[in-house]
Parts: sequence; C-alpha cells; structure tokens
Amino acid sequence: MWSWHHAWESLPVLLEGFRITLLATVLGFAIAAAVGLVVAVLRITLPKWASWPLHAAMEFVRLTPLVVQLLFVFYAVPPGVSGLQVGIIVLGIHYSAYMAEVYRAGIEDVPKGQWEAARALSLPPTRTWRAVILPQAIRRIIPSLGNYAVSMFKDTPFLFFIFVAEMVTRAQQYGGQTFRYTEPITIAGVIFLIASLVTAYFIRRLENRYAKQPG
Amino acid sequence: MSNFDALREALPRIIDGIIVTVQLTLGGALLALAVAIAFGLAARLHNPFVRGGARAFIEVFRGTSLLVQAFWLFFVLPAFGIRLEPIVVGILALGLNYGAYGAEVVRGSINAVPKVQWEAAIALNFSPAQRMRRVIFPQAWVLMIPALTNLMIHLLKGTAIVTAITLQDLTFQINRLRESTGDTFFAFGIALVIYFVLAYILTLVMQVVEARAKFKLGRGPSMREIFKLKPDVDEAVTVGRR
Repeated sequence: MWSWHHAWESLPVLLEGFRITLLATVLGFAIAAAVGLVVAVLRITLPKWASWPLHAAMEFVRLTPLVVQLLFVFYAVPPGVSGLQVGIIVLGIHYSAYMAEVYRAGIEDVPKGQWEAARALSLPPTRTWRAVILPQAIRRIIPSLGNYAVSMFKDTPFLFFIFVAEMVTRAQQYGGQTFRYTEPITIAGVIFLIASLVTAYFIRRLENRYAKQPG
Repeated sequence: MSNFDALREALPRIIDGIIVTVQLTLGGALLALAVAIAFGLAARLHNPFVRGGARAFIEVFRGTSLLVQAFWLFFVLPAFGIRLEPIVVGILALGLNYGAYGAEVVRGSINAVPKVQWEAAIALNFSPAQRMRRVIFPQAWVLMIPALTNLMIHLLKGTAIVTAITLQDLTFQINRLRESTGDTFFAFGIALVIYFVLAYILTLVMQVVEARAKFKLGRGPSMREIFKLKPDVDEAVTVGRR
C-alpha cells in the first residue's frame, strides 16, 4: 500500500512545489491586503453614486468561483504572461474582495470620538487616516487578515487549473508518471495540515495579544 | 460561426453541466449539513475520545485543501480497493470539507445560546436530548444560518474544481465553449453570470429558511405574511400620524 521508496522520491519534487505554493500565497496576500485597503477606504470616502460600481464589482468577484476567474484571466491575457503571474494576481484580487469587508468593519469599529478628535485638531484627511484611524482599525483586524491568509494558502492548489507547478500539481504529475498517487498526494495533504495547524496556533496567539489590550 | 450560434449549439451541454453543478451543490450541502451537525455536537461532548475524534476530523478536513481531498478520494482510495463514481467523490470531498468548517459554526452557535436557556431547560426537568432538540438547537439554528449560507456559497464555488476528477460540470462545458469559439470573454462571461445567478438563488432560499426558523421561535413574521402581496399597514404608525 504505502511505499517509502516513492515517498522519499516524491518529497523533493513536492517541496519544490511547496516553494511556489508559498510564493503565491505571500505575494497574493500582499496584493489582497493592499487592494483590499484601498477599496475599503474608497468605499468609505467616495460619495455613494461613485462607490456603488466598486461595491458591485467586489460582490461579483466574491460570488463567482476562483477557478473560473483563474481560467478566464489565464486565457484572456497575452501569451507572454506566465500562469504563476496570473495566479498571484487573481488570488490577490479575489481575496481583496473579502479583505475589503474586513478592513471596512475594522474602520467602522474605530470610535467616533477619534474622528471628532482628529477634526478638532484640524488634521488634514490624509493624516487623519494614516496617523489616527488606520493604525487603530488594522490592529483590530490582524487575526481576521491572518485567517484569510490561511484560507488563501489552502486555495493555491487551484492554480493546478492554469498549469502552475505548485505542490498539488506536482503531486498529480508524479502520480501520472509513476502510477503511484498514494504517497505524493498524502504527503501533500500532510504538509498542508502541518502548515495550517502552525499558522492557526500563531493566529490564536495574535488574537489573545490584541484582545487583551484595551482599545 | 458567430458566438451566439456556438452558444445555441452548446446549450444542451451547458445545461447538462449546470445539472452536474447543481447536483454537486445540493448533495454536497446536504452531506455538509449532516457532517456539521454531527461533528459540531460531538466536539462539545465530555467523553474525551468522542471529542478528540471529532476535533481531529475537523482539523484534518479544514487544514488540508479541498483539491487535495478530492484527489485523495479519487486517486488514492482505489489503491485501497475502494473505487467510487466521480460524482460521489465530488459530493464526498465537498461535503466533508465544508462540513468540517460548518461543524465549527454549529459548535460556536450552540455555545452562544444564553446560559439561562440551559438552566430553564434543566429546571423543567428535560432530558439532555430533549434540552438540545427542543430548546437549545432551534435557537442555535437561527444564529448559525447566516454563516452556513456563506459556507454554501463557498461550496457552490468550490464545485468548479471537479473538472480535475473527470466530471463535466458547468466550468468544464464553458471551457469547451471557449475552445470552440476562441472568445474567452464571451464564454467565461456567461459562466460568471450563471454562477452568480446560482449563488443568488441559494442566498434567497437561505433567507426563506432563516425567516422560517425565526418565525418558529416567535421572532419574525410567517412565510405567508412575508409573501402576502398587500403589505400590512402598521396600525400604531397610522394612528400616531393622525
């Protein structure tokens, strides 16, 4: 049933794929965090008629499957763009739609007195956001952002559909060549499980740290 | 051949694809609900073996990506002599994965029911099973529906991975339409709209479920009141205005 020979043989291949999995997660998360923030701030500051199309676009991104979005962009962009680049950007934009909502909740959670105080000190809007509102909003939502990072990590195997050689794609290819699927797919699962449990532990620590401090 | 001719020709296949996607969504959602309730309840029990087993199940299925689970059921199980139909693999993978997420929702919602409700049920001399079935669960159910709705939307979107285990679902058929027309925007534009409509229908159904659950607790209008064509005029308001 289980052959250690195939397990050892597939491990380096999988770890090489894991590197791409991590790369896609980190860069995708960076895009999602940045775009999500911009969208959230725009949705709060823009007048209603101008922010409505943005809201609709984000709803659409949230309610349609990541796999279809990946395929769509992959086949729509010119051939010079690599699958990995498409994957990172689509993951980033897809998750920015979720993160924008998290930022928004965080910003709305900042007490009204803080806005009033910034006005009383006649701070310009950019400083109000940068020095008063955002530092308080982001502190509150760090654990939620962490959860989205984990869930993004678990969605990177979807890059399989646009032929990116991340870990699960490699596991499947190894199986196709050797007719041994048991070891590579099980190991891929175990690596995911370990990584998820470790990050979940750190997120819980972050949560405790931020929950215990007032404000 | 224009795009719309191609679409007309592909329409029967696309409808077949939609049927596969809907089957997966409904089958997966039913299994996920059963798994969520069973493991959500088990994760609260005092027996350390039952609780530990439930926790292990939840962590494993939450912690290892959906595609890995589908591949495992599809490629690895046959090595152990178990060969399942692709549609069964799809429903199992979706149901177990989202069921594990749902179990946490169920557990959290049951814990969120106010403590006095437990005390009242104990004071009325209800057995533990009666307590859960008649007092606690109906209240927890109202709390968990919004989160479960979100999970179901995720499940619907998750069905798009089944092409990888040879199922010809909506995404598969749309990809064929793209190949035959060569028009990426047209084909995937249609796919996104269909998925969007399916997700929207799912949300509406869940809103009905939520309204029913609230009505049963005496916290909202009945279905008949919601769907009545002529809305009731709130008498207090009218009187106040005069």
